[in-house]
Amino acid sequence: MTSTFTYYPGCSLESTGIEFDQSIRAVFERLDITLQELEDWSCCGASSAHSVNRELSLALPARNLALAQPLGRDMVIPCAACYNRHKTADYEMRNNPIKRRELEELLGFQFKGEIEVRPLLDIMVNQVGLEVIRSKVVKPLKGVKAVSYYGCLLVRPPEITHFENPDHPVYMDQILETIGAEALSWSYSTECCGGGLSLTKADVAAKLVNRLVEHAAEAGAEIMVTSCPLCQINLEMRQTAVRKKLPIIYFTEALGIAFGCSEASAWMRKHLIDPGQYFSSLGLL
Amino acid sequence: MKLTDQVNLISQQDVQLCYHCHKCTAGCPVVADMEYGPDRILRMLQMDDRERLFASHDIWLCASCETCGTRCPNEIDIARVMDALRMLALESGVTPAEPDAVKFHRLFLMVVQSMGRMHEATLFAAYKLWTRHILADMDSGAQLFLKGKIPLVPHLIKDRDQIKKVFKETQARAEQ
Repeated sequence: MTSTFTYYPGCSLESTGIEFDQSIRAVFERLDITLQELEDWSCCGASSAHSVNRELSLALPARNLALAQPLGRDMVIPCAACYNRHKTADYEMRNNPIKRRELEELLGFQFKGEIEVRPLLDIMVNQVGLEVIRSKVVKPLKGVKAVSYYGCLLVRPPEITHFENPDHPVYMDQILETIGAEALSWSYSTECCGGGLSLTKADVAAKLVNRLVEHAAEAGAEIMVTSCPLCQINLEMRQTAVRKKLPIIYFTEALGIAFGCSEASAWMRKHLIDPGQYFSSLGLL
Repeated sequence: MKLTDQVNLISQQDVQLCYHCHKCTAGCPVVADMEYGPDRILRMLQMDDRERLFASHDIWLCASCETCGTRCPNEIDIARVMDALRMLALESGVTPAEPDAVKFHRLFLMVVQSMGRMHEATLFAAYKLWTRHILADMDSGAQLFLKGKIPLVPHLIKDRDQIKKVFKETQARAEQ
């Protein structure tokens, strides 16, 4: 059965998170799921709009929701920050009639609330299913010792994000185990990496990143797996006071390697901390 | 209007519900770098201490990770309270304690306003020039560029008129 989703990549997936976009597209192709990129989508305002103007922080993502609505398909958003902002606008329009009318008037549309904004991990586990994922594995990630890192914006605030268990999410761990990797247990999978402060308060971000990397290493991890482009770049850029730099990959890259995607080596070369060597040493690339 | 009421109105929260259990501060990832921490920020807000709040580093240090609000027994979304304090501090004209953060947000939104999407090359160059942190992150910036992760040519969306309208009208509404 093939299915189609509206796809909102977000700005990071065209730049610093390009290997996330490339691996998503490759993996979905192998899963026979069509991602149709939203025509003329715009930036959601991410971490800046909500700090300066609440109305703007709702109107920017609402514009994309208005574009996606007539297509009648659920909208998949890989970036945790974009997901959070779109979900917040969706929540406001569903629960606050005054806000909804303001946004409808501003954007010239009528909100129907018929499509869902969904994170990539939800699609993978609940739409595709772990059994289908398992059936596509040609190279089990045997020997890969990983920790899953979910970060903040995918899981909090829970009444808006509705992402499985906000204290102890397991989707990414389940996917990693399904493709043969070892998903190690650790206590920091939803602790903040300080991504929002990465440029303006680099020293504060570095403290948070180093703490995460140290705890991941302590758990025995040789690689960290994420699903957010803002966490990913921050975790790569701000590792300083650690003994050995830990590679940070997207879970879709792990899936791509397990599915035998030939493009995987090219994704590895996009990283600031090379994960390619690690996978080669295990005979997986 | 009292600051407490203004913040409650913008954030749609009720800060008077806080009974200072300190769960927010205990879980805050950046509290070590703050002057007060989220709990004392809420206390100052209850006491209407506008001056100290607007001048504080903490409102700009908050990473919006939402840990505090998720744990709050009174369900106060403290990250949204911090957002409201940022907006009101900017509006008041007080010099922000973290001017780089404000410059970053302003430039970020200027890029989105003119192009409809983020363009990192423009944002980074403008941020460096404005803050004069010319040499910061040169190494990783150069690596990202060489790896093709910072496109030079921006993508301009088609319906930029609508984006301009969104910025104009939401700005007008915020000023009301």
